[in-house]
Amino acid sequence: MTPALKILIVDANPVRAAIIDEGLREAGFTDLVRMDATHGLVAAIEAHDPDVVVIDLEDPSRDALADMFLVSQHVKRPITMFVDQSDAASIEAAVEAGVSAYIVDGLKKERLKPILQTCISRFNAFRKLREELDDVRSQLDDRKQIDRAKGIVMRLKGLAEEEAYALMRRTAMNEKRKLVEIARSIITAAEVLK
Amino acid sequence: MTLHLRVGFLPLVDAALLVAAADAGFAEGRGLALELVRDVSWSNLRDRLHVRLLDAAHMLAPAAIASTLGIGGVTAPMAAPILLNLNGNAVTVSTCRFEELARAADGDLADGDLADPMVSARALAKLVGMRKASGLPPLTFAAVFGFSSHTYLLCDWMARGGVRLGQDVRFEVVPPVQTVEALRSGRIDGFCAGAPWNTLAVAAGVGAILHCGVDLQADCPEKALAWRADDVERRGEAVSRLNAALVDASRWAGAETNWPRLAELLATPERLGMPADLIEAILRGEIAQGGGRPVRPVASYIRFDEKALRPEPGHADWLLAAMARAGQLVPELGMSERARAVFRPAAFDLMLS
Repeated sequence: MTPALKILIVDANPVRAAIIDEGLREAGFTDLVRMDATHGLVAAIEAHDPDVVVIDLEDPSRDALADMFLVSQHVKRPITMFVDQSDAASIEAAVEAGVSAYIVDGLKKERLKPILQTCISRFNAFRKLREELDDVRSQLDDRKQIDRAKGIVMRLKGLAEEEAYALMRRTAMNEKRKLVEIARSIITAAEVLK
Repeated sequence: MTLHLRVGFLPLVDAALLVAAADAGFAEGRGLALELVRDVSWSNLRDRLHVRLLDAAHMLAPAAIASTLGIGGVTAPMAAPILLNLNGNAVTVSTCRFEELARAADGDLADGDLADPMVSARALAKLVGMRKASGLPPLTFAAVFGFSSHTYLLCDWMARGGVRLGQDVRFEVVPPVQTVEALRSGRIDGFCAGAPWNTLAVAAGVGAILHCGVDLQADCPEKALAWRADDVERRGEAVSRLNAALVDASRWAGAETNWPRLAELLATPERLGMPADLIEAILRGEIAQGGGRPVRPVASYIRFDEKALRPEPGHADWLLAAMARAGQLVPELGMSERARAVFRPAAFDLMLS
């Protein structure tokens, strides 16, 4: 039996780190350490002595990690970035997803592949979640602006709520613009003319 | 036809010509829609360039060589048809170490004037020896990337006093955004980085600038504009247009009257996101040193002029030798030719002929 791998997850986003953690556990990796690298990645690596380091590309400490092979006198074993020149697609997928993996000297690259794959799919899943959340937020925001503009139209033109809304929709269709754009123009105009 | 280019950069003063090209109309004037993408690490820029998420990138000249030669585990050949600047670095130490160095220098050569790199390096050697004798942990100095002029400036400066970086003094890579905090907390005793990080450490009251880069090495090759090596020839038109836009930006940035505007462009949140007055002082070469000393006028603190932008193959010679001195590589046959080929002046020379 091959010994269990110790994986250090470096991610400043605790939610995403938890999602990755869960994914790796499901894939059978249980020796996991999570950290954000604001207070020194070198010291953390010395303390935990991991076999694999997975790092979020938005973390500037990646450059410190890149240098570990040079400062190996401080680290028990040199660390290098995982690159498989024969598998450009998976490297591309990792960079696009925003994750990078480093392996400690001596580890066979085949053992890293499932870890990297899990991280890529979890990073992508997290991004999708965040995009959906942003969509919901912006829809809510649009809704608020439309309501505000509707109030202005009601007040200025003495219309009922449905009438004001219908007028805005008609204008939008006429000008081939989005309802929220019409709403924004109304709000801006009302502010200028105040 | 307008060409769209995505270029990655890190928030540093030496991204100035890229920012001027994108935001002051020089790229547009050369038929380019130039989109600048801010990033957080040199490793990211290298990888995003390699998988073509970027067309070109702001790059440490020695990192472009290392990546081309495949030193450090990753092989991603790059070529630089233009440089973005020369110089711009400084060595900063914590205020406490600055006082200790001043005391150690007292009575030494040149009346213990720390501004002399020989004096400061000997003072450092004394300090290192005293700490060893009293059982204190070794000093730690940082650079922002292993393959950087910062590492070599530190290494060569210390060598003047017989101090070996990485052996007598610990070496660590600390991202620029963490330098001020690392100095404050005592995690590091000093660092070498590009502008504006030294100035920020002085402004925060935690550091004193010991030397500007020009005190240690004249006309030090700093940032290059890196393309994928296979793209430089293949995408000649795009390369020529971006080169031309950068030279236009360089001419504009050479006029003192444009410095306030350039500082303003750099200061915006999507570029550096730092105070404009601090950036303008750096452009003027008026360097606040800290440690109770007056503001120091430094000639050629950072060079953006046209001559500075020529990608001289000869830069590779100095850089390779510095990499070897720092223990980063063992020279091999053919290495020098491959490193020199990173710097490709043909398009640059053609444009100015």
